[in-house]
Amino acid sequence: MSLAEGAAQTQAAAHPITSRHPKGGNLVWRRFRRHRLAMLGLILTGILALVTLFSQFIAPFEPEGYNSNYTYAPPQRLHWIRSGDNGIVFGPYVHGLKVEIDYDSGRRRFAVDDTVVHPVGLFVQGDPYKLWGIIPTSRHLFGPLEKDAPMYLLGADRLGRDVLSRTLLGGRISLTIGLLGVMLSFVLGVLLGGMSGYFGGAIDNIIQRLIEFLQSIPSIPLWIGLAAALPKDIPPAQVYFLITLILATIGWTGLARVVRGRFLQLKSEDFVKAAKLDGCSPLRTMRKHMVPSFASHIIAALTLAIPNMILAETALSFLGIGLRPPAISWGVLLQEAQNIRSVATAPWLFVPGVAVVISVLSLNFLGDGLRDAADPRR
Amino acid sequence: MLAYITRRVLYMVPTLFAISLVAFAVITLPPGDFVDTMVMEARQNGEALTTQEIQNLREFYGLDQSWWGQYTSWIGGILTKGDFGFSFRWDLPVDELIWPRLGMTFVVSFSSLMFVWIVAIPIGVYSAVKQYTIGDYLATVIGFIGLAIPNFLFALVLMYVSFRYFGMSVGGLFSPEFVNAPWSWARVGDFLSKIWIPMLVLGTAGTAGLIRVVRANLLDELKKPYVITARAKGLRERTAIRRYPLRIALNPFVSSLNDVFVNLVSGATIVSVVLSLQTTGPLLLDALRAEDMYLAGSFIMLLSVLTVVGTLVSDLLLAWLDPRIRYQ
Repeated sequence: MSLAEGAAQTQAAAHPITSRHPKGGNLVWRRFRRHRLAMLGLILTGILALVTLFSQFIAPFEPEGYNSNYTYAPPQRLHWIRSGDNGIVFGPYVHGLKVEIDYDSGRRRFAVDDTVVHPVGLFVQGDPYKLWGIIPTSRHLFGPLEKDAPMYLLGADRLGRDVLSRTLLGGRISLTIGLLGVMLSFVLGVLLGGMSGYFGGAIDNIIQRLIEFLQSIPSIPLWIGLAAALPKDIPPAQVYFLITLILATIGWTGLARVVRGRFLQLKSEDFVKAAKLDGCSPLRTMRKHMVPSFASHIIAALTLAIPNMILAETALSFLGIGLRPPAISWGVLLQEAQNIRSVATAPWLFVPGVAVVISVLSLNFLGDGLRDAADPRR
Repeated sequence: MLAYITRRVLYMVPTLFAISLVAFAVITLPPGDFVDTMVMEARQNGEALTTQEIQNLREFYGLDQSWWGQYTSWIGGILTKGDFGFSFRWDLPVDELIWPRLGMTFVVSFSSLMFVWIVAIPIGVYSAVKQYTIGDYLATVIGFIGLAIPNFLFALVLMYVSFRYFGMSVGGLFSPEFVNAPWSWARVGDFLSKIWIPMLVLGTAGTAGLIRVVRANLLDELKKPYVITARAKGLRERTAIRRYPLRIALNPFVSSLNDVFVNLVSGATIVSVVLSLQTTGPLLLDALRAEDMYLAGSFIMLLSVLTVVGTLVSDLLLAWLDPRIRYQ
């Protein structure tokens, strides 16, 4: 990285007049693009966001659609080429599953039935749903052409529900809770951190002590305590909001520290003084001069805070004190994996966990890259 | 130094007071109380309690008093007699339940901390000295993955792997025959053969974080002129790094020790539920669900005290290392 930067600097020095002075945001973007892992994180995060937005359409089945014939059905492979009646047919399909009884252990076991072919198509009619709760439709991106044909690309759970569909739909809660939680902590953090940095003195002292105090309490026992205090009979939407609130009550402290630090640092910067001397109003000084120079930091800090929220929600729901079924989040889905025996028969129950790891990893890469790119010292 | 210690210890008093308030507030938040739980359980068994009986139960457990009254009698008992109250559910004094569990939590957290140190420092140093080599990239990627895996999931995967491929169950801290046995060498051996799983699970995230801290700090120091001087004097590379920059690079490391410890204690709560360890986690969860308020409150309070004391120790360690902090 330093080499490329050095080259860029020499170039700039060689053509001082012709090289256009890039704007701050442009510079950040240019530095960011050089960071390969961060670009990967950005792309993955984008894909995750899109997939989650259209998860109802992408998921081949309805999340609650159970089928007692296929409990703990293993993942089926997607095949492409088969020999049909008149030559070779190209097109995706899955083989059927047949149940065998293992007489040694007395358990049911699934075997692939080569003789049965269930063709798979794009834009098929499937379970009806309402896209974003508004548009009624029954089109799915892909699915079996025959209705009721089994297609469990990532296996089935204890009730024969499709793990792939459930994982896709679980992202809606798991990812938005992270986003919403961070938004809430952002409001609290900017408000209290800004006050702390702006007023200083006694107010600063009180807020700093409060932050220190909140950070010294082990968060998970406190979260568990607060989450356990939620009444059992309130609707899922309310649980969702309250859990977010609980996560944000502790999550804001880190952000407040960042905001305060940047505020204090910028207050004494020369360019801020210059802006003041030039007769800028306080509001204009902040909006035009201070905010642009620390917005990227805040965005980086926010991005890095999302994964923690996602992990916290997953952990709480996993323990059974966060969201509860029928709500579907990755943590709720992982409850199925709590029992070592069921995981031993159906390791694909870990799939929602893989989704958690991928999203946390990509957000971390993205946030790390943003932080590096926003750092003017580099 | 003495003045500094006194100041820090005095500082703890309001913090501890606030913690006790928060702990108590959290456990009294849920609507209803333990008597409601009892009434419900009785109803499920087909028994009905009269209003008078319910009233008597409330009086017996002191639940008819005001919030403040309950709080003062609880905290008063702790301060004067070291009495943490009574566990409704277990019918036992809280301290009988809590101390062995808390001791185990401390042992598990502390051994994870040791694990983090022993693993993170050498890898961090290697990563910094051999910056941008395959080893460095490998450490970075593994570190990131370690941060991204929720530790309860990691515990589950480890349990699955050892169950599936090695045919053994790894839950708990003791084999069944040792759970209630008195301490003996055999029991210690059994314990040591089991502790590595929670140690590994809890330590991974912390290790990943610390590798990054050590690497970044050491990279900053390695560029400084005194390192060049040390090399110019003809010191071997190994000695030059160990004697000067490493010591300074470890300074911020001590100050982050406290965060690591808080996270370990916090993370241990969930991991111990998954691995069914005999630590505070499962019992705390149980107590919260049953609204066994004195047990739950004492747990939250003592876990917080554990971390506050951990903070104190790391602050004192830092002051001892760095005179600039002592004389501030």
